[in-house]
Amino acid sequence: MSRPARLDWPALGWQAVFLGVPLALIAAVSVASRGPYGTLEWGLGLDAYRRLLDPLYCSVFARSLALAGLNTILCAVLAYPIAYWIARAPRKKQGLLVLLVLIPFWTNVLVRLYAWMFILGRAGPLNAMLQAAGLAQEPVEVLFTPGAVVLGLVYEHLPFMILPLYATLEKIDWALVDAARDLYATPAQAFWRVTLPLSRPGLAAGSILVFVWTLGDFVTPDILGGSKIVMAGNLIHQQYLVLRDWPFGSALSFGLMAVVGAGLALARRAEAVR
Amino acid sequence: MRRISLLAAAGWTTLAFLYLPILVLVVFSFNSSKYGASWGGFTWDWYAKLFSDHKILSSTWNSLVVAALSAALSTAMGTFAAVARGRQPTAAERAKEAFFYIPLIIPELMLAVGFLLFFGTLKVDLGLWALVIAHTTLNLPIVWLIVKARLEKLDPRLEDAAVDLGATRWQALLRITLPLLAPAVAAGGLMAFIISVDCFLISFFVAGPSTTTLPIQIYSMLKYAISPEVNALSTLLFLASLAAVVAAWLLQGGEDAAIH
Repeated sequence: MSRPARLDWPALGWQAVFLGVPLALIAAVSVASRGPYGTLEWGLGLDAYRRLLDPLYCSVFARSLALAGLNTILCAVLAYPIAYWIARAPRKKQGLLVLLVLIPFWTNVLVRLYAWMFILGRAGPLNAMLQAAGLAQEPVEVLFTPGAVVLGLVYEHLPFMILPLYATLEKIDWALVDAARDLYATPAQAFWRVTLPLSRPGLAAGSILVFVWTLGDFVTPDILGGSKIVMAGNLIHQQYLVLRDWPFGSALSFGLMAVVGAGLALARRAEAVR
Repeated sequence: MRRISLLAAAGWTTLAFLYLPILVLVVFSFNSSKYGASWGGFTWDWYAKLFSDHKILSSTWNSLVVAALSAALSTAMGTFAAVARGRQPTAAERAKEAFFYIPLIIPELMLAVGFLLFFGTLKVDLGLWALVIAHTTLNLPIVWLIVKARLEKLDPRLEDAAVDLGATRWQALLRITLPLLAPAVAAGGLMAFIISVDCFLISFFVAGPSTTTLPIQIYSMLKYAISPEVNALSTLLFLASLAAVVAAWLLQGGEDAAIH
């Protein structure tokens, strides 16, 4: 027996119109061109894509990739101990600890970034502490530096790594680790040869989430980088909302998608080779 | 034993890293001195200011209206889409699933850009409705996923039994399946509501100059003039998400994970 069919038609129709059409429009606009008065002239041209090859834009994409890669590694290193700790905690405590990870994660991203903006600012608590401790005579510029952007990226995306990693670690059969220990593996060996390989699916899922979300991020560099650190997302935002160059913005969006796709394909390849 | 306590220390440190910045804001939202990190005494002033700031009040109202409408739409369509799934997945059904997954996989920025082009090409100022449409599209797959997950745990024989006892397929759906799915539907709706209220990126691209939601309002406050009012607003938003997450937890995770 199946349930009444066609109940999914409203959802399918809705997504076809309001998801399918907008995504198709990005493709269509990326090959259109901009008229003399900023109007959109439909057509088939590759000018916008040619501009992508400009070293200036390539360097922005390279920086985004580097930051996304760095963020993924930092999140993995920071997330592993806490995910492991939660997974080994008593069952009842696990739920509560996951809830504790979830709460900041669901707090508005602007609030979380503003918190760092406030703390790191010239007149903020961090500078006040540094000066009180005699470590600095004058306010230190921390906000609007690459370091602030990386800190913000890690802070924002850490739960994306903790949660899938915890979900995998929680299902591990710890008898396997005990067996390794019984067979005279040192704790480090047991970790490297048993626990870590078993937790790879969670590590992979978390890495993909962090990587993709960082590449598409524009708010973090915008707020903590003070428009000085430009990532692909900032470039796209600028083309659409400031310069109103829709065709180039669309080509950039496809460039971003291509980079994301290539990154994911590489990750899958690396996973398959192992 | 020593290793475990080291781990616990690392765990608590990470949690402190996650909470400390927000707690700093909470503390400073009661600070009466307007500038910097010096403590000028306790005050409720910033909260009072917040509640007399009509820009913040109207943008909050807009956010709530958009969230309520888009949560209702995405919950209705997402639930029905999940329920329509047959038992044996066919090729067409797999294609449908892949289609529903798109907004969950691609960068949010792509969706934002697509909506901007869509509403820009339409050349009609839809006002808040543009946001309702965009948020519904974003949330529909999330509700679908949550309801689907619950549906897969249900015993299919319950429905079969109803049909054997003479119920039509519609009766079985309305009287057996949907009531059993109610917690997941509620959790999905709540999730959709939270995501909509929280949504900045898509709203920022879609909203015209005349429509402002709360996140957009906060963004412009951060960009142009920082005042301790933002600390107070952030504190309230943190408390709101705290309440919402705990509620969602009790609705959905509570029975599965917390009680064990």
